[in-house]
This record gives sequence, C-alpha cells and structure tokens, in this order.
Amino acid sequence: MSNLKGKRILIAKPGLDGHDIGAKIIALALRDAGAEVIYTGLRKTPGFIARVAVDEDVDAVGLSLLSGSHNELVAETMRELRALDAGDIPVFVGGTIPADDRAALIDAGVMAIFTAEMRLDDVIAEVARALTPVQVA
Amino acid sequence: MTTVAKSAALDELAIPPPAPRTPSGIDVPLLATPDMVREPDPGQPAQFPFTRGIFPDGFRGRLWTIRQYSGFGTAEDSNARYRFLLDQGQTGLSVALDLPTQCGYDPDDPMARAEVGKVGVSISNLSEMEILFDGIDLSKISTSFTINGTAAIIFAMYCACADKKGVPRAKLTGTIQNDILKEYVARGTWIFPVRPSMRLIADTILFSNDATPRFNPISIAGAHVRDAGSTAVEEMAYTLANGLAYVDELLRRGGDATKFAKRLSFFFYVHMDFFEEVAKFRAARRVWAKMLRDRYGVVDDKALHFRFGVVCGGSSLSAAQPYNNIVRVGIETMAAVLGGAQSIFTCAYDEAFQIPTEFSAEIALRTQQIVAYESGISKTVDPLGGSFYVEYLTDRMEEEILKVMDDIDGYGGVVKAIEDGWLQMRLAERATERRRKIDSLDTVIVGQNAFRRENQTDDFGEVFKLDPKGAARVLEKFEAIRARRDNVAVRKSLDALAVAAANDQENLMPYLIDCCHAYATVGEIVARLKQGWGEFQEPVRL
Repeated sequence: MSNLKGKRILIAKPGLDGHDIGAKIIALALRDAGAEVIYTGLRKTPGFIARVAVDEDVDAVGLSLLSGSHNELVAETMRELRALDAGDIPVFVGGTIPADDRAALIDAGVMAIFTAEMRLDDVIAEVARALTPVQVA
Repeated sequence: MTTVAKSAALDELAIPPPAPRTPSGIDVPLLATPDMVREPDPGQPAQFPFTRGIFPDGFRGRLWTIRQYSGFGTAEDSNARYRFLLDQGQTGLSVALDLPTQCGYDPDDPMARAEVGKVGVSISNLSEMEILFDGIDLSKISTSFTINGTAAIIFAMYCACADKKGVPRAKLTGTIQNDILKEYVARGTWIFPVRPSMRLIADTILFSNDATPRFNPISIAGAHVRDAGSTAVEEMAYTLANGLAYVDELLRRGGDATKFAKRLSFFFYVHMDFFEEVAKFRAARRVWAKMLRDRYGVVDDKALHFRFGVVCGGSSLSAAQPYNNIVRVGIETMAAVLGGAQSIFTCAYDEAFQIPTEFSAEIALRTQQIVAYESGISKTVDPLGGSFYVEYLTDRMEEEILKVMDDIDGYGGVVKAIEDGWLQMRLAERATERRRKIDSLDTVIVGQNAFRRENQTDDFGEVFKLDPKGAARVLEKFEAIRARRDNVAVRKSLDALAVAAANDQENLMPYLIDCCHAYATVGEIVARLKQGWGEFQEPVRL
C-alpha cells in the first residue's frame, strides 16, 4: 500500500452536483493510505475551496464533479488558488470527465484525472507518486 | 475497423467464477428445493400480501408505462426531444431538471451559472414550463419529474401550466419524486432543514389527495442510495423506512392513511443480479403491505399497494466498452418486469458518462419495447412465482430488509440517523466496500475490470453536444420574463406565501400555485422560504 503518512489532502465538491459518494470513497481510501483528509461537504464555491486549502495548509486538492461543469469550475478553483499564492498545490480531479476534455485540464495544470473505472489502489499510488519529491541521486 | 481482439480472459485465469452469494450477501443454494421456502405457495396476485403483484391480470390488461428520463439545455431543446420520443411510442414523459432548478437557484445566480441546462432542462418559472409542454396534451400524457428540494414548487408550476392550458387539474397524471430524505443521504439536492422539508412534502400529498387525485405527489426513491453504493437490501430498507417517516408526518398533520397511502409511490434501481432484483421487488411489496396493515391499521387493498417505477441502474453501467451496456439494460429491464414495476425507464448505453444522444435514447426505448412486445414475459402474471429459488430469495430478502429497518429504528429512526450523518457514513463505507470488490474481481464488470481488450479505447461513437448557446438563451429569456411580468403581483404572492409558511398547519400548495401564476421564479420562492426556515446544515462525517 502506498504511504501518504503526514500528507494533508482536501477533497472538495465544487458547484451544485450532489453525488459525493465518489469523493467519499477516495477520501476513505486516502485515509486508509495514511493521509489526513479534510472533506468540504457539498456545494462549495471555488473561492471557498481555495481558502480552505490555504488555511489548512494542504499538500493536494481533489475536486469531484459529475455535472459537466468541470471546465468552468476546475479552472476557477485553480485561478482562486493562484490568487492566494497557492498555485503550486497539486490539484487532481475525479468524476465524469469526458475524454475530450481531459487533455485541456491537464494542460491547464491539473495533476491527474481519475475516472470511476480506475482501481482505487492505482488512484492512491498516483497521488502518492505526485506528492513524493523526486530523489536526486 | 478490425482490431486484433486479444481477450484478456485467456491470460487472466485469475478471474474467478461468480461467488455463490448475491451482492447483498445472501447465500445462493446450488439447487433450490421446496424445504428452503417458507411458503411454497406465494398466493394470488392482487391479494395480500401482494407477493405476486398488485394487479390480478399482471401486464396482460395494460403494460407498464414506458418512459425515458430526458431533459437538457433549454425548454425548447427538451420539448423537441419529448416530441421525438412520444412519436417513437414512448407512453410517458420523465423530466430531467438542471441542478439550479433542483437546488432552488435562478439561472443568473452566481452559484448556478456554470450549471444551467447541464444535467437537465432549466425551468425557472411558468413561462419555461409552458414552452416545455408546448403541443403536449397534459390530460393524456403522464409526466414524471425528478425533483425533490423544489418539488412542491415544480408541482405547483405544473398545476399552473395545466390551468393556463385549460386542462382540469383532476385530469393530471404523473409523479414528482419529492423524496427529500434520500437527498440528504445520497443525492444532495436538499435545500431546507429536514422538518420544514417534511412539512412541504405533506402539503403536496394532502393537496393532491383532493385536487389531483390521479397524480402521484411522491415517489419514495431508493434508486439513489443504490446508485451511491448500497446493496439491494439496503436500497429497500432505507426507502421503506423513509416511507414510514412520511406516513408518520402525514398522520401528524391529520391525514387519513387509507386515503393518502393510495397516492404514495416508489422508485428503484434495477441492477445486474437478475434474481436478487426480482426477489427484492416481490419482498418489498410484502413488507410494505404488512407494515401499513400491522402498524397503522390500514385494510383497504388499494392503500396497501406498493406501486413503483424503475430505472436501470446508472452505477451498474460502465463507461468501458459502453455498448455492453445495451445488454445490461436488456437484462435489467426483464428483471423490472418480472418484479412487477408499474413504470420503467431504461438507460441509454452512453448514460454512464453523458446525456444520451437521440440515437442511444432510441435504442434504450426500443429495448423496453422488445421486452414488452417480443419477449413474451409480460403475458402471464408473475411467471417466476413458485420457483423455489425465487421464493427462497424473496423470503431471505424480506428478512434482511427487516433487519436493516430494525437497525435504523434502533438508532432512533431515519430522521435522526440522517440529521446525525449516521446513515450517510454507513453508505460511504458500503460504497467503498463495493469499490474494493470490483477492484479485487469479487465483482466482475465485463470490459471494465475483466475481459479488457489490450487496445481498448475510450471511443464510443457519437457524442452528445449541448448547444453552447443554450445557457445564454436561458438567461436572456429569464431577464425578459422578469421585465414583462407584473412585479407587484409577484411581490404580493411571495408575501402571502411567507405568511402562510410561518404557520405549520397551513397547506402551502395554493400559495405556491399563486406565485407560479404570477411568474415568480424558483429562486425567488426558495429565497423567501429560506428566510423563514433556514438551510440544511450538512453533517460532514467521515
């Protein structure tokens, strides 16, 4: 199992989409992997999410969206993070993200996009990899 | 294009045969025998406890209502899709509303702007509803609305729309989902705290008893807890527990159980374990009838009827190799029919990841029609009745459903369990368990976690594209109606509503209908009610 001990991760639901079981599954899996997880609950604005990320000094932010408004709301959250000087916090996204939209989100700086078909262990491993500093030999 | 289809099956002998238990954990006997069944004779259809269904002639006299869940973008876009589906032989409408409409925000609200018309149609006021049903006869077509937090408002708007079209309210048929308890647990389109929400629901049901006696003012919905990861047993148990909570509220308000129980309907998912699904419906019919009789003294058969609609389970579909979903939907449709559903809407194969295209929606509709008209399973009542295995499973499901309901009672009832976040936590744990089962191949999903092609792609053909100008058009129309309407009348109707809302014994439906007639918007009405009632404070528990 990947080790995320000592990492703080914010899981958030931007917008009005109320399906949060995916977010909760990831939150529980991250916790099982040792991370300290903060979950915002539903219907949060990008501004609120960015503020919590900074106040809680998190190592990563996971956004979950199923309503099709990911292009707008992910970009806005990243803008809000940059506005708070926290543009370096890695952001990953989960939910229903059509294949056509994925490249643009990655280009915009999203660390990873997770779909419902992925194995939980693979998701956790990828988050752990992204949060582990590269070892210089 | 042909591809070298290297099936993973040959390499992955690790894929185990299906485990000898149902997804709810009930042991499946290798061979079912009469001694495993509590009552080998399941009785007669249309007779207590209704194991074999509520109609003496099953579907022979009348088929279930064939609906397709649809709605997107503008009222004009959705109206066109409805007319297409009705032309193709659909017999009822099922309206998908966008999240702003469901959560009580007008399209120009900052909370709403990214979501206008995205997962359903935007209906912010009566003029939009008039467009939605333009050219559709409300006295002939049954319309179901997937709406909860704002259900009373949308129901009021539907009544107002009928008034404007000259259709007597008594002729309206259809359903509003209107089950707020499961929103707090699984789907999240809550607005008000639990108690005023329960009051609004009682208002719609008591109003409907007299004003719209053919309309179902609630479909108590287990579908969403199932979609959120529950087992079939929990889907039924949570829903029946919610149903009893509504009965208690209606009695508190002075309702007559024999009368209002006839208007309670239910809504479920049907998933892929065929026999467990059939048994789940048969068992729930029995549990509900027994509870209404034993706990509340209801004896009228019609009031004991457990009437339900079904949708093929979104979470049972896979975005991997989506055409496989056509097969899944076919199997699920048959389970729904053999379980005795009163209405069915089938998912389109691409519904795991997008709004259906006209092409995929048509295949979903045809799937139901093939089951209805070609398969022959609707010709005789409850054809699986008396099967040792099905009766065994029905008995076991009944026992397990009752156990979970006892757990909830033991906690202090469903309302307390929700307010504390206990039920939500239980569901999150169950969903994680289901996820782990998929990851470990305990649950096989063909094309997703097993039998994947090496060169499998995400390409699934035609992609639904929402008109990017739709949201702008919605906002334009919204501004226009606010400029055109009589704003004094709007204010008066909202003031009257606010006064009535402060009195728990007053039925709000007539006030809401007045607001709708004045073209007050969903956002305005909700804002007024929030002033008095506040908002639900979500218990975030992990």
